[in-house]
Amino acid sequence: MREITEGSHAVADAVRLCRPQVIAAYPITPQTHIVEALADMVANCQLDAEYITVENELSALSACIGASAAGSRTYSATTSQGLALMFEVCFNAAGMRLPIVMSIANRALGAPLSIWNDQQDSISLRDSGWLQFYAEDNQEATDLHYLAYRVAEDHSVLLPAFVCFDGFILSHTYEPIDMLSQEDIDRFLPKFTPYERLDAADPISFGMYATPDYYLEFKYEMDRALKESKAIIHKAGKEFGQMFGRDYSAMVEGYRLEDADTAIVALGSICGTTKDAIDEMRDEGKKVGLLKIRVFRPFPTEDVAKALSHVQRVAVLDKNISLGAKGAVALEVKDALYSSGIPVKDYIIGLGGRDVRKRDIKAIVALVEKGQGDMFYGLRKEVL
Amino acid sequence: MVDKTLELFDCGHRACGGCGAALVARLVTKAAGTDTIVVSATGCMEVFSTPYPETAWKVPWIHSLFENASAVASGVEAALKKQGRKEKVVIMAGDGATFDIGMICISGAFERGHDFTYICYDNEAYMNTGIQRSGATPYDASTTTTPAGKCSFGNKLPKKDMPQILAAHGAPYVATASIAYPADLMQKVEKAINTRGPCYVQVHAPCCTGWGFEGDQTIAVAKLAIETGLWVNYEMVDGKVVKAKKVVRKPVEEYLKTQKRFRHLFKPTRQDAEIAVIQAMADRNAEKYAIDIKLKNE
Amino acid sequence: MALAVGCRARPGKSRDNKTGSWRVFKPVFDKEKCTKCGSCMTLCPEGCIHETEEGFVAPDYTYCKGCGICAEECPGEAIEMKQEEK
Repeated sequence: MREITEGSHAVADAVRLCRPQVIAAYPITPQTHIVEALADMVANCQLDAEYITVENELSALSACIGASAAGSRTYSATTSQGLALMFEVCFNAAGMRLPIVMSIANRALGAPLSIWNDQQDSISLRDSGWLQFYAEDNQEATDLHYLAYRVAEDHSVLLPAFVCFDGFILSHTYEPIDMLSQEDIDRFLPKFTPYERLDAADPISFGMYATPDYYLEFKYEMDRALKESKAIIHKAGKEFGQMFGRDYSAMVEGYRLEDADTAIVALGSICGTTKDAIDEMRDEGKKVGLLKIRVFRPFPTEDVAKALSHVQRVAVLDKNISLGAKGAVALEVKDALYSSGIPVKDYIIGLGGRDVRKRDIKAIVALVEKGQGDMFYGLRKEVL
Repeated sequence: MVDKTLELFDCGHRACGGCGAALVARLVTKAAGTDTIVVSATGCMEVFSTPYPETAWKVPWIHSLFENASAVASGVEAALKKQGRKEKVVIMAGDGATFDIGMICISGAFERGHDFTYICYDNEAYMNTGIQRSGATPYDASTTTTPAGKCSFGNKLPKKDMPQILAAHGAPYVATASIAYPADLMQKVEKAINTRGPCYVQVHAPCCTGWGFEGDQTIAVAKLAIETGLWVNYEMVDGKVVKAKKVVRKPVEEYLKTQKRFRHLFKPTRQDAEIAVIQAMADRNAEKYAIDIKLKNE
Repeated sequence: MALAVGCRARPGKSRDNKTGSWRVFKPVFDKEKCTKCGSCMTLCPEGCIHETEEGFVAPDYTYCKGCGICAEECPGEAIEMKQEEK
């Protein structure tokens, strides 16, 4: 059923359909509308879950660890500073192989304090072992939650997952969304069957420590599970497409890319603006296309290399910066294209909520055509 | 009824010989029984009991991080509730994880009123990292971050009153106990587990390595802490002290002299003024909890 | 052998670590003096002192670290710590 809904409310509704049994969350802008909506559902018996109003984000994710280990499907949502406060817990949840799903309404990290959008928060957790899905629009933001639970809980994966969507730009925007029914989701997402759980009938120790004799192997197994999750994502995404008409089998998605000379690579809501800019540039005769990355972890290296093998140049839009190096997406794309010789230029854009407009995308295309890049784009003149 | 003959904390763990914390793990699991899920914080107990794959725990056990045991336990409890399960949740954490780094998580969890029992094994410093001062370290104890020296008598601060803080959170049952009195300890653990809501039991667990005494003296040292009034075993129900163990008090130096962490109070010269400060602390304890047994001939 | 997912384990394996090898002094129990009060069993941090089939108490030397708490706390002085001979 198509409804015009705010992004946060649509996400909350999607989470409800996933039947989480324990929710633990702490309010932070711009995630609040999600957790308020879920609390409202619990208060009105529309969602049968334990909702723990924790005292901070570190406890939110820690409570999810406890609940997930005890065998319940769990959910949390956060962003920015909240995610940063969870840093330690994120590594822990992944290492403990607990399939927690968490929404990230992407927001910049202070200082300076900023409540506005970029993707520095989730990107900074790229090494933690969580799957990372990025939504272009609110339809995708809802659908990726179903997919995230399905993949994370697969016994060959057993890793937690972020579903990332740009704060305010998506979380506070009303869009028409095809909301699925409980029956639909129950068909797609089976009841949670924990791989193992805390249970007096079969006492298992969770979260033991590893000596140097074992630690390396545990990390190897996490890495292997993350890489093998690509096949699970493909299978589940395809099945979702067969059931509901939106195919998420691919981790990357091309837009007018087949015959493009210049490819733009991006993730998140900027892909929508980029598509509009591409349409206009195509009308002007420029052969520009987009490669949207939907799954950043595991990184679809081979898919990226294949999708970009024919282009002459690549412009990567990074709403994050590994200060002192480059944007995280560009580093991955360069790695994927290393042996191809295709030039890849990086553009740091939109940090802290700076608008990125169609004309900015066009200006970046002009820059990459001239071979100029690896730069912050759109800086105020006084710093130049 | 809990079967007290069961050993739920297994042999082969790597605690030092004569470890007070290991005895806490044994006695608490005994008192709690098999229908218990233990949540541990990072610390000595966690480390000496769970080097992969050699777990000493025969009950379900989870460790996540140093500071978050109460939050993890909140999640476990919520999940059990949702699933309609009956296991009891018992946290076991050291004094560093309790008095210091875990304070926010503890406050949140106690305020929310989850049904769990929090056991703090109190060995009065960060033993796992090498005997650094914590909020539970007593006055004048020499630790590696509050060493006694030419111009210092060691830790300048008194021990934080953690039981009082948790009682103020509305904890229905708060108690202190000691490994020197195992029956009392186990009884208190059972009482805490069978009381609905967040309960707290702080157990004095001397550390031979960290305090500087021979491993065979662990129980004797714990007993002296009680007998000098420097540790008081008491119970609080709904915020009120209802019972405290009475003793015929000994002078504090009988306790202090047993441990290297207080050696600087006696050598090279006896520090009467400092010993008097500690004696005054014991006297205040005695008055506050009314623990003195008056002998007939006094 | 494959590792357990997430660094977990079921009980039993800690017994692979035979802590008896740490021992320098060995508790020797005197059956004549023992009143079977159980104090040693309760206070052993290893939990390795048990009742024997004959009804006496004895430590499991495979795990006894020789800390001496049992000897120190025995009210009947029925336990003596003796230098380990290896």
